Amino acid sequence: MLNRSRLKLALILTLAICAVAVTGRTPVANPNEVVIANFSFEPATLTVKAGTTVTWVNHDDEPHTATATDKRFSSKTLDTGDRFSQEFNAPGVYNYYCALHPHMTGKIIVK
Amino acid sequence: MSNNLPRRSFLKCMAWAGTGVVWAMNGGVLSSSELVLGAKRKSGFNFVQISDSHIGFNKDPNHEVTRTLQEAVDKINALEDAPAFVIHTGDITHLSRAEEFDTAAQVLKGVKTSRVFYVPGEHDVFTDDGQLYRERFGGGTQGLGWQSFDYQGVHFIGLINVLNLKQGSGTGLGGSGFGQLGQEQLAWMKNDVKGLSSSTPVVVFAHIPLWTISAEWGWGTDESEQALSLLKRFGSVTVLNGHVHQILQKVEGNVVFHTARSTAFPQPVPGTAPAPGPIKDVPAEKLRSMLGLTDVGYVGSGNQLAVVDSTLV
Repeated sequence: MLNRSRLKLALILTLAICAVAVTGRTPVANPNEVVIANFSFEPATLTVKAGTTVTWVNHDDEPHTATATDKRFSSKTLDTGDRFSQEFNAPGVYNYYCALHPHMTGKIIVK
Repeated sequence: MSNNLPRRSFLKCMAWAGTGVVWAMNGGVLSSSELVLGAKRKSGFNFVQISDSHIGFNKDPNHEVTRTLQEAVDKINALEDAPAFVIHTGDITHLSRAEEFDTAAQVLKGVKTSRVFYVPGEHDVFTDDGQLYRERFGGGTQGLGWQSFDYQGVHFIGLINVLNLKQGSGTGLGGSGFGQLGQEQLAWMKNDVKGLSSSTPVVVFAHIPLWTISAEWGWGTDESEQALSLLKRFGSVTVLNGHVHQILQKVEGNVVFHTARSTAFPQPVPGTAPAPGPIKDVPAEKLRSMLGLTDVGYVGSGNQLAVVDSTLV
């Protein structure tokens, strides 16, 4: 039993180290941040409490936007390194996409 | 090479694109012949397509996009047969900024031709729904900027499929993430081709491909089937697109689809990279072999249009 738990712990640690190694950076410090990289929003679905400000940051060499599908909010053009913040007060599901590359989609769930 | 190739030989020949093989179309049947680049045309006319100049882009693999656009212009001006006109199939600019449009217009003023026709790419319209674009390049167009004209018996249609882009399927709300033509433009197009004889060669140009190249990357156009169905009765239809920054070709019945290289940077072949976007690690000495322009010739008899791609080097 003990051995198995140890093995499990070792596996979890290894996976955690691998995760950091693969992404090439430590996990984002701000839990309310959406990173735009490789033409995708990460995380694709972010759940936050009402009143939270969510920030998008573009790590791609291509410009992107974060635009609500119902146009309730939209960033300006985010060039490399640009950030956009939006406060979410009302609970609900906010679907958004990149107006320039509309196959890129994401979701903010406000509770 | 024989003039009547079976399909298998044709597919083999597709790999030659860019090395100097002419694709000529006659009544929906493709034939090919070797091309002597720069050979003087005896009759008919030719025009040049350039695409995706992305003025304002300043990252790997190309920090000099204005210069490579200038090199494309120099290449056009060196053609033995000066083009009747030039078509730019969009993404003139990278961020739809006024100064980017100005730089592009300035460089393209230097083309030795009668006129440059434009259709916008999503990079030219996404900040203001195309207002700045139309102020500069929208003269003589209809609706939101679509246009048609005739030249020596060939009918040209410039479509816009980069406005009102809808979200992709990932939201679960429907939507493809594809280019959009819109019913208003389709109604205009239906009316536009109504009076044409079916023997009229038709050339359609638009930014995003009118055939689905990659659903995952949004490389296709909603309602393109509707647009193409309006052209079914024509014996010769040539569709010229940009957006994908590489040469891809397809033949479907009477329609030849062709995408052009960019003058700024190459993009990956779908399925060979996790995402679209510039191929960053191109060695400087290789870049110009991945950029280029497309020369299209019409010999004036038998509905033949010959599409010839060439690179900047």
